[in-house]
Amino acid sequence: MTPTARWLARRLALSVLVVVGAATVAFGALQIVPGDPVHVMMGGAAPSPEVYQQTRHELGYDRPLPVRYGRFLGQLLRGDLGRSYQLHRPVAEVIGSQLWPTVQLALAAFGLAFVAAAALAVATAGRRSGWRRLSSAAELVMISTPGFWVGVLLLTAFSFRLQLFPVAGGDSLEGIVLPAVTLALGLIGVFAQVMREGLERALEQPFVLSARARGTGETAVRLRHALRHALIPMVTLAGWIVGTLLGGAVLVETIFSREGLGRITATAIAGRDLPLVTGVAVVAATIFTLLNIAVDLLYRVIDPRMKEVIR
Amino acid sequence: MRRIGPGVAISALLVALVGLAAIWPGLLARADPNAVEPVDALLGPSGAHWFGTDQLGRDVYSRVVHGARVSLFIGVGATAIALLLGCLVGMLAAACGRLVDEILMQITDVLLSFPGLLLSLLVVAVLGPSSTNAAIAIGLSSAPGFARLVRGEALVIRQAGYVRTAVTFGAGRARVHLRHVLPNAFAPLLVLALLSVGAAVIAGSSLSFLGLGPRVPTAEWGSMLAQGKDFLTISWAMAVFPGLAITVTVIAINIVGRDLQRRFEGRHPGGTF
Repeated sequence: MTPTARWLARRLALSVLVVVGAATVAFGALQIVPGDPVHVMMGGAAPSPEVYQQTRHELGYDRPLPVRYGRFLGQLLRGDLGRSYQLHRPVAEVIGSQLWPTVQLALAAFGLAFVAAAALAVATAGRRSGWRRLSSAAELVMISTPGFWVGVLLLTAFSFRLQLFPVAGGDSLEGIVLPAVTLALGLIGVFAQVMREGLERALEQPFVLSARARGTGETAVRLRHALRHALIPMVTLAGWIVGTLLGGAVLVETIFSREGLGRITATAIAGRDLPLVTGVAVVAATIFTLLNIAVDLLYRVIDPRMKEVIR
Repeated sequence: MRRIGPGVAISALLVALVGLAAIWPGLLARADPNAVEPVDALLGPSGAHWFGTDQLGRDVYSRVVHGARVSLFIGVGATAIALLLGCLVGMLAAACGRLVDEILMQITDVLLSFPGLLLSLLVVAVLGPSSTNAAIAIGLSSAPGFARLVRGEALVIRQAGYVRTAVTFGAGRARVHLRHVLPNAFAPLLVLALLSVGAAVIAGSSLSFLGLGPRVPTAEWGSMLAQGKDFLTISWAMAVFPGLAITVTVIAINIVGRDLQRRFEGRHPGGTF
């Protein structure tokens, strides 16, 4: 086996441990949650003793803890995450059907933030001007502003006052504009800072000097030669980016009444729909461990010297 | 010593003002934040009600001032929990040998890669909604960052001359880490703590915005905003001012934090000579 294959095998084995660990923590949390799960499932209605016992049996709560844990793990291996209390559908099916709207929203927000931040960085890197100070101040404001407030403000201005965009829902192109902008604003500040630092470092490299010596214009130097190098640190941010998008989706989808994983998570938590909450946790843990492996793998490809650092 | 700039001075003043509002809200706002006056519902800003009134006719200015207490409680409480837990885990990892270090840092890395808001949402799902639980949830989700920093600082400081001298004089492992390493790691920790108060205030108001914070009728910026969202067609004031309070508070905290960060930079206690 090549060193990379061995490294990958080790990381994948470790990630299985992590996901099982996360699932175990989630399972344990379910056990210590106050309140009877049968009552939660019944939605507050007082069931007759027979119905109560039957539901308890169907949920498997009449069996000892180790048996339930074993069954839970067995189901998990087969991709079965249990049934949602509130929606009365398999959790895996619910998550699968809600994934796409959230991915759409996240991609739109990422694209928007990326383009805006790249433009900001290219325009202000290495230039000590009023513009740069203004953009730094704007970045601070963007980092310090809660995304849900921005969302509400945008909703007030563009949907209620100007009536340019739909107030709620909407699978159309217009419906995704305000949510994507809201989600993107939280990213632009950080993106712009990282890209500008990368650009300033890249602009001092010999290849920039040689490009300038060939008579390449300043904007072309920045866009075609330097920006590419400034993007490498963004790879490190991948985990943070996906995390911010996913966490932000919970708020943004709630504000704009959009379908998606975030909104489902918020309602599941508010309604104590624990199988769905556990399912989201397990899926999120899987996504993040895989993402981390992908990032480290990418680094090994981009920069072979990293093999020494990332074991 | 660097001079204190006007922006930093104003920010420090604002932080102090929010602190005052949290400790003694009656000093800044006379009106009862929970006094219901249905006749005056959903008014815009005026001389009598600076920030207008909400759907029950409660004074929004007074509620914003009184809301500072819960927001700061969650912000400071969460940071204190994160600091404590982070110090504990970080110092254990640094002091207890390779195996413990490897295990603790693996767990820390996994938690660090998980989105913070999602993690605190999950913790609230287990503990149930309240402001104390929100502080615990946010504290737990930001502890990994502190643990990483403490461990890193401890490993550097341990190489310093004065620590080696202490070891030479027969100080045990626990004594070295508690008496010599931890106190010297405090400056960078304090900066991270201050910056994390700002982030925790936002996280706390996010949780209450989603209805997972303190119970009604407690005045809290996030839940006020959530209520204001339902009356946007009639009154903009209800949703604008609580959000402004969060933003201004967090910007002020971040400006003061960044200024402190710049002051501590380059004065590292871990430097050997």
